[in-house]
Amino acid sequence: MSAISVKNIEKSYDKGAVKALKGINLEIEEGELFGLIGPDGAGKTSLFRILSTLILPDSGSATMMGLDVVKDLWKIRKIVGYMPGRFSLYQDLSIEENLNFFATVFNTTVKKNYHLIEDIYVQIEPFKKRRAGKLSGGMKQKLALCCALIHEPKILLLDEPTTGVDPVSRKEFWDMLGRLKAKGITVLVSTPYMDEASRCSRIALMQGGNVMEVESLSNIIGKNNMILYALRSKEMHRLLKDLREFSGSLSAFAFGDEHHVRLSRDEEAEELYAFLLHRAHEMVNIRKINPEIEDVFIQLMQEQHS
Amino acid sequence: MKIFLAFIRKEFRHVWRDRRSLSILLGLPIIMMLLFGFAISNEVKDSNIAVLDHSNDLMSRQLVDQIGQSNYFTVFEMVDKEAAIESAFRKGNIRLAVIIPPDFASGMSKDGSSIRIIADASDPNTANIVTNYMNAILADFLKSNFSLMQEPLSIKIESRMLYNPQLKSSYNFVPGVMTLIMMLLGTMMTAVSIVKEKEMGTMEVLLVSPMKPILVIISKAIPYLVLCFIDVLLILLMSYTLLEMPVRGNIPLLLGESLLFILTTLSFGLLISTLVASQQMAMFISLVGFLMPALVFSGFMFPIENMPLPLQIISNVVPTKWYFYILKTIMIKGLGFEYIIAPTIILCSMTTVFILLTLRNFKVRLM
Repeated sequence: MSAISVKNIEKSYDKGAVKALKGINLEIEEGELFGLIGPDGAGKTSLFRILSTLILPDSGSATMMGLDVVKDLWKIRKIVGYMPGRFSLYQDLSIEENLNFFATVFNTTVKKNYHLIEDIYVQIEPFKKRRAGKLSGGMKQKLALCCALIHEPKILLLDEPTTGVDPVSRKEFWDMLGRLKAKGITVLVSTPYMDEASRCSRIALMQGGNVMEVESLSNIIGKNNMILYALRSKEMHRLLKDLREFSGSLSAFAFGDEHHVRLSRDEEAEELYAFLLHRAHEMVNIRKINPEIEDVFIQLMQEQHS
Repeated sequence: MKIFLAFIRKEFRHVWRDRRSLSILLGLPIIMMLLFGFAISNEVKDSNIAVLDHSNDLMSRQLVDQIGQSNYFTVFEMVDKEAAIESAFRKGNIRLAVIIPPDFASGMSKDGSSIRIIADASDPNTANIVTNYMNAILADFLKSNFSLMQEPLSIKIESRMLYNPQLKSSYNFVPGVMTLIMMLLGTMMTAVSIVKEKEMGTMEVLLVSPMKPILVIISKAIPYLVLCFIDVLLILLMSYTLLEMPVRGNIPLLLGESLLFILTTLSFGLLISTLVASQQMAMFISLVGFLMPALVFSGFMFPIENMPLPLQIISNVVPTKWYFYILKTIMIKGLGFEYIIAPTIILCSMTTVFILLTLRNFKVRLM
């Protein structure tokens, strides 16, 4: 049985004016650390809210551990740990008070499930008397994770837990998610950061209310077997224009301080180099690179648009 | 039960840590009582007067003493000719002058009207009020000193002010202030409290838990119930000590009815909170949409009997009207429960309706 099963879920807002989800399908196995990767507005939060029973889908169905998200509302709320994208604990209560409160709400105690949160809690414990509103972004997220975990949920839903968190805390946070996975908890996590995709057992690439691809990261990259070159020259702006005009390039886009261009054959790299010299580019630097998740994502986006 | 207690503990912490709201909750009744008690009043106290005593004997001096001892007048100066009175009025030193005739002690039996009272009527209301006070004091004095003397047979009008013989304004405003404060704090504070959870996003986490809506609602109301009750005690204590206004009726009954009214306002506040999306909206509705009618239709400032019939009918659905009525009945008339059964039942049913509507409107989902 899948831990989370989503079938043709559709959701729109403002009486159909905004389509947030356009028929999503997902199967997530028990014990998976599953990532939803996509930019803002891809529909990640809507999907989280439907799965956590906060909103109703317009059509389609979804189950969590076999329980229907519409009919089995109260049963699901017992087994799900949910951490919204916005910090949603009581800012005027201390770390300790927040944690105790949420433990009690779920009819348990901090003591009973301390083993689940111990790794995380020891990091924020020195500040346990501090009000949650006065914590740093990373500490807030750690506290929120503790509160979502304290009732030993079977499924953990984390909506962009690392957005706005410093790189060190982000790494620590993902280390913890890895340990939760080892404990057998199914974790569904969303993130706009592509580099975090490698931490997930499988990922779904989302864009504009659709799921473009569901695979493990290496499979996605492997399947989309891309021949990719990174280029630099003195005039970067004109370079991008010329790269797009080159007959052999499948796509070209700015990527950090380089441009990535996708070719259909390796032999074309020579032709491209000659083409650029012909167009009077100076200091042209061209090298073959291995595609990363961003490259795949951009390619999938382009395929979807065309 | 443990969950419920945890909720209540949390709510108390919210209230306790929000010092600004807390100071409003406890400070407002004190300020309103002081304002109405000492600053805003229909009574005119300590008016300066001038006395021109032509007779200057034991009897007239006794009269001047009695006038000076009352709370309403202070003898500013004793003058010896009428022209001095004129100049005292011009300077604005005095509000009233009393001229006692030479034959005051002896002439009383013949004609009681020989005392003259002159008032500064540039402020007609005040002049009227102080003249009435003076008349009352004079009548009192004459009655006690000349009661054995034969009076000509005449019809005298004697009005008796029931329940409030001194016409103290505190008799009206203490119940009024209590009603308004309960309405204001009870409704606004609770309305804001649930909406706050929505705005801060904490409702999102709370909803994804097995807690029941009824628990949230009741636990939200309890700290404000306690605080409003403290306010009731505070107001009663202040009115007793500072304004010397005793409660004539049964105090436990008064507190019980107050508790009922607090429940009414709290449940109304909760109902508002389920209907609006932002704290500002909650505040706006409870202040503008509700405080105004509560003020107008309570009968505290404007007598309901003088309103056009449609407004009189509307006033019946305003809870403040009934609480104000109950308060006056118990505090001032000193009557028992049998006289306020109907308003009590009305308040009970209003509360029930508000709570049922709140429960119906409380969403178990976000939208």
